[in-house]
Amino acid sequence: MSAATASSQRKSLRRRVLVDRIVLYTVAIVLALWTLVPIYLIAVAAFSERVAVFEYPKALLPTRFSTETMAFFVGSSGVLNSVKNSVIVALGTIVVALALGTPAGYALSRFRFPGRDAFQLAVLSSKMFPMAILAIPLAVTFIDLNLYDKLIGVIIVHSAMVLPFVVIVTAGVFASVSHELEEAAQTLGTSRLGAFLRVALPLSLPGLAAAAIFAFVTSWNEVFAATILTLRERTLPALVVASLNQSPLYFKFAGGFFLIIPSLFFIWFMRKYLFNLWGPGR
Amino acid sequence: MAVRAGRALSFPARIARSDAALPLGLLAPSIVYLSLLILVPVVQALLLSIQAENGAFSLEHYDRMVHDQAFADALANTAKLLVLIVPIQLTLALAMALLINSRFPGHGIFLYIYAIPLAISDLAAGIVWLSIFSDTGYLNTILSGLGLIKEPISYLSYENLHLVLMTIVVAESWRATAIVMVILLAGLQLIPRDYFEAAELFGASRWKRTLVVVLPLLRPSLQSALIIRTIFAFQTFAVVLALAGRQFPVLAYEAYDAYANLFNPRLAAAWAGLILVMTLTIVIFYLRIFRVREAEAPR
Amino acid sequence: MSSVSFEAVRKVYGKTVALTGVDLLVRDGEFMVLLGPSGCGKTTLLRCLAGLERIDGGVVRIGDRDVSDLAPRDRNIAMVFQSYAVFPHMKVYDNIAFGLRMRKKTKPEIEKRVKEGAALLQLEPYLDRYPAQLSGGQRQRVAVARAIVTDSPVLLMDEPLSNLDALLRLHARAELKRLHTDVKRTTVYVTHDQIEALSMGDRIAVMKDGEIVQIDTPSIIYDRPASVFVGSFIGSPPMNFLKSTARNGDAVGDGWQVPGPPGMDGKPLLLGIRPENIRIGQGPLRGRVVVAEPLGSHTLLTVQVGKDVLKVVAPADDVFRPDQALQLAPEPHKIRWMDEASGKAIAAPN
Repeated sequence: MSAATASSQRKSLRRRVLVDRIVLYTVAIVLALWTLVPIYLIAVAAFSERVAVFEYPKALLPTRFSTETMAFFVGSSGVLNSVKNSVIVALGTIVVALALGTPAGYALSRFRFPGRDAFQLAVLSSKMFPMAILAIPLAVTFIDLNLYDKLIGVIIVHSAMVLPFVVIVTAGVFASVSHELEEAAQTLGTSRLGAFLRVALPLSLPGLAAAAIFAFVTSWNEVFAATILTLRERTLPALVVASLNQSPLYFKFAGGFFLIIPSLFFIWFMRKYLFNLWGPGR
Repeated sequence: MAVRAGRALSFPARIARSDAALPLGLLAPSIVYLSLLILVPVVQALLLSIQAENGAFSLEHYDRMVHDQAFADALANTAKLLVLIVPIQLTLALAMALLINSRFPGHGIFLYIYAIPLAISDLAAGIVWLSIFSDTGYLNTILSGLGLIKEPISYLSYENLHLVLMTIVVAESWRATAIVMVILLAGLQLIPRDYFEAAELFGASRWKRTLVVVLPLLRPSLQSALIIRTIFAFQTFAVVLALAGRQFPVLAYEAYDAYANLFNPRLAAAWAGLILVMTLTIVIFYLRIFRVREAEAPR
Repeated sequence: MSSVSFEAVRKVYGKTVALTGVDLLVRDGEFMVLLGPSGCGKTTLLRCLAGLERIDGGVVRIGDRDVSDLAPRDRNIAMVFQSYAVFPHMKVYDNIAFGLRMRKKTKPEIEKRVKEGAALLQLEPYLDRYPAQLSGGQRQRVAVARAIVTDSPVLLMDEPLSNLDALLRLHARAELKRLHTDVKRTTVYVTHDQIEALSMGDRIAVMKDGEIVQIDTPSIIYDRPASVFVGSFIGSPPMNFLKSTARNGDAVGDGWQVPGPPGMDGKPLLLGIRPENIRIGQGPLRGRVVVAEPLGSHTLLTVQVGKDVLKVVAPADDVFRPDQALQLAPEPHKIRWMDEASGKAIAAPN
């Protein structure tokens, strides 16, 4: 082909690539804004004066930054206690879910045994049951067992909710640690448990940490069961829900922002492990 | 060197001899725990819902549920949410996943941004969009600032339930798209780069490439995402509560209401039973369709 | 100190039989190679020795001890894995020291032995590094050092060279052989590479489909394969086999005839002859050149003889054209006769 056509072809190719790039970045940025702007807005709403809530049109920029709303929220009766409760429940969920789920995930990833697929399917299908069908009879049972309105009851339900995820995630994490490493340790003089503790566990800590964070966040956010199972010892979401009818708008905004804060941090720490959450494979 | 006779062990003895004992032992606590906390309540709930106060078999609770004022609405609203939310989320999530998967410079930051809603509860999402959709909220502020409206539009009043539906769909899409995106992204990562490059080599345009090459390979992930999203759609609760309160009945709220406000656990169990049956039906339906499709797909 | 013996060792996975009653004695200080194609059971046998697999029949002994039911840690063995299995979260020093620490050796003793092992494998400059900072070849040496310093009487190696690139593999092969001469530990070495086997082993056990088909020194295995399989598996290019039938003391093939083994009248025979043992010039086999591949040190010819295709090694300087007619003479004392029906060698006074 002639030099002229070659260079004009190159030019049109470059133009096409440029247009492609522009379209790509535009779409990416639009989607990012779609995600970020509402968070920005709730932050503005939470950090304004209480009267700002009733203003119209609202200030889109945080020109009148004020901690009044947040202070009111935090100072409202029961809020600090519910935050404490949410933390306790979330931490308890981590402990129970990891204690049960880590050995189960290890078993699924390392061993071939009769019924392995059936177990995996059973674990996965437990995700299918709506929280309503679990929480309501459990509430009734807990009243009989004197577990009603106790944080331990919520911990039990939350850890059951998260357990399938933890099992699947830890199975994936252990699968990525070559079993030959544990075999090598065994030939060098460790027992099976020793090999797990000295080799598999240290190498899977990052993944286990991600599972723990996921368990924390899920428990922190859980609304339905927490609301049904508690009365006075509410978690934060339960408190906010129970007061939705009567609370003023600024209270809700502050509460909403408060509920969101952890997620920003947790997702940052978890970003490498986001893909393992929903099933084995990677 | 004495020759030892071969050791043939009977099947139960083999299992007990720790070949399978160890993994089963490690797995047992979780299985037991999940059975106790899932199977037992489910059975209990179903029993609760079909018994009268004195324990005799009775369908009175289901009867009451069906004749509840809000029954038809709750059913219809939940269905509408399902039908609207799932396609929107699948599309948005697919766009996000494809974008991230193309690994353009800066994709790491965008991944983090898109993933933020993963950790936001539906309650928080409801409140966030409340601040936007309320009468004196940010949407009206922006629209009037742009000169598009004179009077604030009421998105959340019972006079215009279509708009209420829209706000809920928007809020849920905003929040839960991240979950679908993560599933699809994981599926995309499994597709070898060769497929993309081969399509490029053969001159297919980007759209064609996506449709013909990627989507079929992504089918398992799409199916997973569809099932998971549908299951959760039936349980939509707090986002509705935050935005619309009692004006927009949904199944999960009716269950909660029956328990917490009417102090009637049996009625609540009936609602929960309905949710369960609908969830299982749709999931089985999906699985059937997927299996049929796979049987027909050229291998 | 420590021989290794397998007596009628059997291993089954569900319905598949991986090892069908294997008998093998490895002498003290011997370098025994388990050689065979993938799926033949060589790695399974090694893992049964290590204790990483449980056997379903028979006995495994180390020295006089029956170790069949013992866990790996109680067998006092050391193993080098194909993937090296070097612990990524520990420095090289700690990797090498791992086995010693598990056996509760004192700190000065550990330090002394680790330094010795590192010196033996030229790892001294890397002791403070993490495996991720090392090349594949260096990591392989860490795996070997880690195994050697434990002083266990038996050393197991599962294809330790297969993940190295070709040049490095040559080096490492020589290194391992030198190591064995220095350290003289009973070694069981698994490989699918027959060149490795021939160059390194004191004896080779050739395996196929879960059983051992021949145990001999490399030269005997090369020179007197026990079956068609061994002859084709060993040697590159593999042994040629020509079809023929025994008749009146001769073997009659497709257009040729040579004196055959006695007492085989009427049976179908295979004439086995290695490519380098065929003389070009006058001879009973007549054929046509199909392909001539000049390989620098020699030329490899593919020759069609009747219905059979032969590989022949010819001097590098000779020139051959496609379709050129040739006469070939297999060296009579190098002919290995095989019974076509069973695939096994026929003992002949060659």
